[in-house]
Amino acid sequence: MTVLEAEDIGVSFGGLTALQGVSFRVQAGEIFAIIGPNGAGKTTLFNIISGIYVPLAGRVRLIGEDVTAFEPHLLARRGLSRTFQNLQVFFRMTAAENVMVGRHLHERRNVIAHLFTLPSVLRQNRATRQRAEELLAFVGLADLADRAAGALPYGALKRLEIARALATEPKVLLLDEPAAGCNPVETEEVDAVIRRIAEQGIAVVLVEHDMRMVMQISSRIHVLDQGRTLTEGTAAQVRTHPDVIAVYLGTQGTEAARAHG
Amino acid sequence: MRRFAASPYGVVVLIAVLVAALPAVLPTTFYVRIAALVFIFALAVVGLNLLMGFAGQVSLGHAGFFGIGAYAVAIGPTHLGIPSWAAFVIGVALAALIAFLVGRPILRLKGHYLAVATLGLGILIAMVMTNEAAWTGGPDGMPVPRLELFGWRVRGPVTWYWVSGITLVIGAWIAANLIASPTGRAFRAIHDSETAARVLGVDVARYKLLAFVLSAAYAAVAGAYLALFDGLVTPDSAGFLRSIEFVTMAVLGGLGSIFGSVVGAMILTVLPQVLTVFHDYEHIALGAIMIVFMIFLRAGIVPSLLTFLRRSS
Amino acid sequence: MAEFLQFAFSGLTVGAIYALVALGFTLIYNASDVINFAQGEFVMLGGMVTVFAVAAGVPLPLAALLAVAVAVAVGVTLHRLAIEPARGASAVTLIIITIGASILLRGVAAVVFDKGFHSLPAFAGSEPWQIGGAAVLPQSLIVLVGAGAIVAMLWVFLTGTMLGKALIATSANRLAARLVGINTGAIVGLSFAVSAAIGAIGGILMTPITLTSYDVGTLLALKGFAAAMLGGMGNPIGAVLGGLLVGLLESFGAGYLSSQYKDAIAFLVILAVLFVMPHGLVGRAGVERV
Repeated sequence: MTVLEAEDIGVSFGGLTALQGVSFRVQAGEIFAIIGPNGAGKTTLFNIISGIYVPLAGRVRLIGEDVTAFEPHLLARRGLSRTFQNLQVFFRMTAAENVMVGRHLHERRNVIAHLFTLPSVLRQNRATRQRAEELLAFVGLADLADRAAGALPYGALKRLEIARALATEPKVLLLDEPAAGCNPVETEEVDAVIRRIAEQGIAVVLVEHDMRMVMQISSRIHVLDQGRTLTEGTAAQVRTHPDVIAVYLGTQGTEAARAHG
Repeated sequence: MRRFAASPYGVVVLIAVLVAALPAVLPTTFYVRIAALVFIFALAVVGLNLLMGFAGQVSLGHAGFFGIGAYAVAIGPTHLGIPSWAAFVIGVALAALIAFLVGRPILRLKGHYLAVATLGLGILIAMVMTNEAAWTGGPDGMPVPRLELFGWRVRGPVTWYWVSGITLVIGAWIAANLIASPTGRAFRAIHDSETAARVLGVDVARYKLLAFVLSAAYAAVAGAYLALFDGLVTPDSAGFLRSIEFVTMAVLGGLGSIFGSVVGAMILTVLPQVLTVFHDYEHIALGAIMIVFMIFLRAGIVPSLLTFLRRSS
Repeated sequence: MAEFLQFAFSGLTVGAIYALVALGFTLIYNASDVINFAQGEFVMLGGMVTVFAVAAGVPLPLAALLAVAVAVAVGVTLHRLAIEPARGASAVTLIIITIGASILLRGVAAVVFDKGFHSLPAFAGSEPWQIGGAAVLPQSLIVLVGAGAIVAMLWVFLTGTMLGKALIATSANRLAARLVGINTGAIVGLSFAVSAAIGAIGGILMTPITLTSYDVGTLLALKGFAAAMLGGMGNPIGAVLGGLLVGLLESFGAGYLSSQYKDAIAFLVILAVLFVMPHGLVGRAGVERV
């Protein structure tokens, strides 16, 4: 089932075309990677799909509904969540509280009840906390639940963002460089976490520079270069594609070659 | 003990104990009167703290809402024949309504632009109070009829000590409730990263507005109390300097700390009384103390001291 | 028409002072991200020191020079003793520090000088000139020309000297400026000195028209801040534009609508502008980067 569809996406900033004519479809439960050299427009594409930028052209459809230019919180309600390349962690809250914010949409939001802490609010807080602990355990951060997020190492924060995004119970999850800044061991862990997320039927859209990881876990790969689609296909198709090799030779040729081998 | 002091409910108990125990050590009604003033200002600052310390949105115009509460209990009984208690309720509702109506456009602004917009709002409100002399008595202000509840005349420092003290405890309790709820988590999330909050489904505009309306209501309650307590209201109660005073109390005590709000209100209320012994040097001392406190306890008095205690143990 | 001109002239005169205060805000903000609410006290110092030096028998030009020197010394001291030690503190903490400094300076002025109102004799006679039917005080023209000269000098300083370029570089990117060897701490100190001088000169120029006292700073800081935001924070051209606009709005508002609500009119326009242009008249909205 197609859960996310981008059609002919285009955007420009100050006269510079950042994206043009980008289209793709993502199925439930698949891991769909978007790759390309720096400045190819990957993060811009994420920002358009998640409602942070408004595209000049094209449509975004989420589970059959046209959601182009919807506010991010309305997209979250419809089952789309994401992580950020430049971390957007709630640094003054604990790890568990970060994930609890992700439960926002699944909590009763009756302000009057909150003002007077009715017993239902206490029950709900306990349930939210418990779910947050489960999600932290899922990404391997169970023992850091009550640490201030601002005091956590970079690799842990990347996984904290994944747990927080999962708390919204998304149908589509956008991960912007989830393994950036992680050591090989942590990258393996993130790798495993992503696979398990996809196994639950969630569509994972991934922007990542670690080619080895991309080639290993992605079901399909969409290659961008200078804001345009270069090609799309399986790992095997993409890494033998002459245009892809040409684009990557200059910048990341060695990486691509290593992934190849 | 420290964990208790840091938790929002521990703070509510702490404030309650303070309110209950203080009369035993206050020597004269002069001190009781000052304590009542501290509680009244603390109430306004606890509300402002919800907006600034938790939701992360600055307001340099909160005295405007304080003034609306104050003038409601003055104008209602004097000009409209409304009983004081009803004028009080109407005043608080009016402040909340105005905050609700102007909040949405104003809160779209960020940082210093929000600061100047709220500053303008406060000045507009204060200006109406200064200039509509037929209703407000103009720059000299107007007398406020005493509050009467079921035949009980609420007057005198001791009575107002208890009324404002108990209200402060309730206000702190409500704030503590809110902070520990999904609403409070949404506030704090907006403070740290609006973008992440939006992506997680938080309706940022709605929660900013909610924080603004709530803090306006707190300020209006405090303003009405002060007017009823003093028996007099002047446009100064809504003025720019009062707004700055509220912000200073909140920051000095510690943004994001409810007890900090009480400490900040206490310092800026008691200090000028103490400093009067310096006569002409009063403002020099006040300014110097503000600077030194903010340099050495830059997160605010209460959070900085809590961090210090945590480190030293 | 004569009436219109009259309001325009008085608006521009007041607006020029607001523009100087807004310019002071902008310089310090650009160099350090600090919103200096003690900016109005520099204006107060300029006027008060001159008044009291003249009263003590010092010739006016020397008294004015002394006043600027005092303001600069205060500005540098403020930076060294109150801003520098709090480096890295949050924006709101720094604002409270500058508010504390403002209260302190007002207190000092009340003790050193007094709490009365003071004026200076007009620099070039007090016989108004007739321009298009409007009566214009020579001092008004001096204010306008003086403010214009300061803006021009500042422009030359910023674009034509190494020190000025270092200041611009620091505003654009503090880390990069430090990497190319600019002593950014000293640059922030410089921005305080220049802002203090600009404020003091504004205070000296306006005193013959508007009077001065120990507490004129608060209102000027408020108007200057509003003007800087109206123009777009961090933009010197916006600061000048915003200052003149606030002055004109007040003057026309008072003249044609209501003198009691002149401040309200200015702030209503500021609110309206910000609703349409949330980054001020010439401020630019950055693309949100995540």
